[in-house]
Amino acid sequence: MPKPNRWWIVKPAVFLACLGPTLWLVYLTLTGGLGANPFEKIIKFTGDWTLRFLLITLAITPVRRVTGITSLIRVRRMIGLFTFFQALSHVAAYTVDKEFFWDEILKDVTQRPFIVSGMIALVSMLPLAATSTKKWIVRLGGSRWQALHRLVYLSGIAGVIHYYFNEKSDIRDRYLYIAILVVLLGVRGWHAWRGKRGRGGRPLGAAPLS
Amino acid sequence: MLIQRASDIRSSEITSEGLYHNRREFIKTASAVLGLSAVGSIIPGVEASPLSQAKGKYDTTEKPTPWDDVTTYNNYYEFGTGKDDPARTAKNFKPKPWTVSVEGMVKKPTKWNLDDLIKGFTTEDRIYRMRCVEAWSMVIPWAGFPLKALIDRCEPLPSAKFVEFKTLVDPNQYPEQRRSLFKVLDWPYVEGLRLDEATHPLAFIATGIYGKPMPNQNGAPLRLVVPWKYGFKGIKAIVSMRFTDKAPVNTWQVQAANEYGFYANVNPNVDHPRWTQARERRIGEFFKRPTLMFNGYPEVAEMYAGMDLRKNY
Repeated sequence: MPKPNRWWIVKPAVFLACLGPTLWLVYLTLTGGLGANPFEKIIKFTGDWTLRFLLITLAITPVRRVTGITSLIRVRRMIGLFTFFQALSHVAAYTVDKEFFWDEILKDVTQRPFIVSGMIALVSMLPLAATSTKKWIVRLGGSRWQALHRLVYLSGIAGVIHYYFNEKSDIRDRYLYIAILVVLLGVRGWHAWRGKRGRGGRPLGAAPLS
Repeated sequence: MLIQRASDIRSSEITSEGLYHNRREFIKTASAVLGLSAVGSIIPGVEASPLSQAKGKYDTTEKPTPWDDVTTYNNYYEFGTGKDDPARTAKNFKPKPWTVSVEGMVKKPTKWNLDDLIKGFTTEDRIYRMRCVEAWSMVIPWAGFPLKALIDRCEPLPSAKFVEFKTLVDPNQYPEQRRSLFKVLDWPYVEGLRLDEATHPLAFIATGIYGKPMPNQNGAPLRLVVPWKYGFKGIKAIVSMRFTDKAPVNTWQVQAANEYGFYANVNPNVDHPRWTQARERRIGEFFKRPTLMFNGYPEVAEMYAGMDLRKNY
């Protein structure tokens, strides 16, 4: 567990690591490395990374519990915001690929479960990104803020469903993501149930942000 | 295999390979500076061959998709589900020797050596549009022969109404067929056509592209090309043709019947459940283009007269 005085290096390091996928994508774009269908590649790349970042964000609390490295909470907000950034990139790439044909987009987001689930995942991230500052925690009060931020579970579920619909038939990846999500949410459910029976401690998720 | 060539056109004359390889950079400069007619002469070592002018009546005059894109962006699930998987994993595939089993309602069911099956056929080039069900498209200079020639050689009985094709099953050569858990598709890959579709002059069996033998990742040694249908109908590495009076059930129909049907005719008016089919991305182009009914081959429409194409997707 890093000592508090090492955070000046840990945080920038995590930041750079989170920036990695985007830098790689920019590199591929500038060097013509996106292959025959660049639009498809960018959409898939940003979508994959949105889901990965989302699952990493959701993994922080369970990993803290298991490993006892409670200071991991200090990077949770950053990783969460990177999730949101990836999601925005994904939607931007989709919109550009649609060439701003709003009638097509409107039909997608209202009638096709594939896109509807993706929109739910994104929209449920909006209030989380908007209230991610300390100021907002104070303004809402810790427990209300925490209740609001449980929306991330909805985002995770909708995101995995979106991914499930997207893959034409490669069932391995989608089952992998479903399994990870089930474990991450299952751990929480189990912990909450134990907490109710009075044997658990204070939920770790409520620890203050750095 | 021995394939007789038409004496008047050699496929290598369509467009020289070097020209294709440089195409993107080249078109930009060339068309801006000189105009298309002088194009060949500005590239050293490239003969001034015509820019893939359509030669046959079925050829499109559209610019063919570069060789590199045609051979590195493939849907061929036996070799992997990623578009770039087949180009990597198909390298050691053995398209020779090859056997094609002709079965079902035919005069004499036979296991053919491929060379014998297509002996005497004249190869020709066809520059066709190829529209994938995933809403991207290419223009590909195929080499091969009309499917009708092959059907005739099989001598189907009058009772036969459909032909069913199957792809090779060989886990030693196809990595995806080695998996027993979480299989991507049910093997073998199966496709089918009505016999009137199969004997339509546009229906084609390709044994090569760009005047060269078919690359493994594109379906060597022989594959189906049905340009008015979505690309998944173009079954690759064919090892069997079975003639029948019942409509074959194709692999993607088994996989997701609400998304993929038997006919799979290109139709901008009937959406895929997950996306629109009204427009398509031509590989290599920045802006999308509208998708054409029957992929721009209206001459096939009469085969579907009176059919509800919304139901028979």
